[in-house]
Amino acid sequence: MSWAEKVLQIDRRWIFLAIAIAVTIPFFLPLGLPVVITPPVQSLYDAVDELEPNAAPLLLSIDYAPATLPELEPMSMAILRHCFAKDVNVVVMTLHPAGYGLAERAVLNAAEEYDAVYGEDFAFLGFQPGVSAVILGMGINIRNVFPADAYGAPVDDLPVLQGVRNYDDIPLVISLAGWSAAEAWVYYAHQPYRQTVGAGVTAVMATDFYPYLDAGQLVGLLGGMRGAAEYEGLIQRPDQGVRGMDSQSVIHLLIIVLIAIGNAAYFISRRKKTP
Amino acid sequence: MMRRQIPLALCFIFGVFMTIQYFIPHHTIADMQERVLMWLQTLLAFAFLLGTVSLIKLHYHKIRNRADDRGYSFVALTGLVTMMALGFFHPQHNLPGSPFSLMFLNVQVPIEATMFSLLAFYIASAAFRAFRARTLEATLLLVAACIVMLGRVPIGDMIHEGIPQATRWILEVPNLASKRGVMIGVGLGMMATSLKIILGIERAWMGGGD
Repeated sequence: MSWAEKVLQIDRRWIFLAIAIAVTIPFFLPLGLPVVITPPVQSLYDAVDELEPNAAPLLLSIDYAPATLPELEPMSMAILRHCFAKDVNVVVMTLHPAGYGLAERAVLNAAEEYDAVYGEDFAFLGFQPGVSAVILGMGINIRNVFPADAYGAPVDDLPVLQGVRNYDDIPLVISLAGWSAAEAWVYYAHQPYRQTVGAGVTAVMATDFYPYLDAGQLVGLLGGMRGAAEYEGLIQRPDQGVRGMDSQSVIHLLIIVLIAIGNAAYFISRRKKTP
Repeated sequence: MMRRQIPLALCFIFGVFMTIQYFIPHHTIADMQERVLMWLQTLLAFAFLLGTVSLIKLHYHKIRNRADDRGYSFVALTGLVTMMALGFFHPQHNLPGSPFSLMFLNVQVPIEATMFSLLAFYIASAAFRAFRARTLEATLLLVAACIVMLGRVPIGDMIHEGIPQATRWILEVPNLASKRGVMIGVGLGMMATSLKIILGIERAWMGGGD
């Protein structure tokens, strides 16, 4: 058996070990790689940055489940920190049943950092089933869909939602999703109501959203952990996203090296077999 | 006969109404749409109930019939009953720090995140074994994938400034064009299928293999 054939038959557990080491080491020995800002992230940042303080709230739909948490939670924290630092009011909700606990954790943690007051600076509406029905219904009257917040307080009692009836009173909606919820916001909030919508999605999903971005149906886009890292850079508050970029850099490089070795070994072994 | 005709009639009426309401900007239509959307939300809430009942039935039968993998069914039902009990009977179930919330954040979140994280290992292994430049198309895909992988991480910026530029070009030109084509095709297909369902030509959604 030639060396190329041996390489091709390597036990996959060695690859798993290499990946585990590549992921782990940068967390202990950060590389501190600089993150360059891309236009879709800058656009979303600008849209949030232009919101008026203590005025109409930003609606943040935290539509992710635990599976996509590592990529999307850094985004929600960065956006919430940006809002609270600028005194922009925020209303948080979720379209995913498993998103309830994650949305609540994100908004309460960010609010605690900035001493934001529940009801006045932010509110958490919780979860409602029926993605399209919820988004369309909110375009008519938010109270039809969310008569009370997640803790049972009537929406009318929350100062942050005073005077907010539907999308006419919400300057920006951002959906952070690991599934098709972000697209649903484009279909059912932007198209019928002309609501300004931004999105944050996982890296594998990001390519699906370029048509919406190019058509102006999305005001900005955060793609994967890189998007979160860029946003953290813009608000000058590096955290999970920037930390994760070192690991992701090493992993991507390792996968490319593995592909190159795999191909080299494949073609060498094939040439040797050919008489 | 009525069991099939009533659902078909309801499907036709609501399908046509929800289609034409987009084109009639009148308050009467808007009020009706508001009402229909509220009904829809109520109906969708029952889907959760249906799912829960179905899950319980499935696992109950596995345990009762002493299936080989009944241990997993027992774990699934225990988890379901525990979380439901904490959700329904704990007085502060919807507050942060409640047992329901703690169970979710400390059990379900790590389990799901771990399952998804395993993908990194399998993708790396699969890329090593299967990602071969056997044909021109496969080579193009491989080169594009490598450029995008490098261009989406900071190390790509450091290797060469052209890598992130090439990544942006790939995402904004060929990717955009192909995605648009696929989306238009899917959109037309969805319209055709919706029309077939509204008009009662496609009836598979009612079950029974008609």
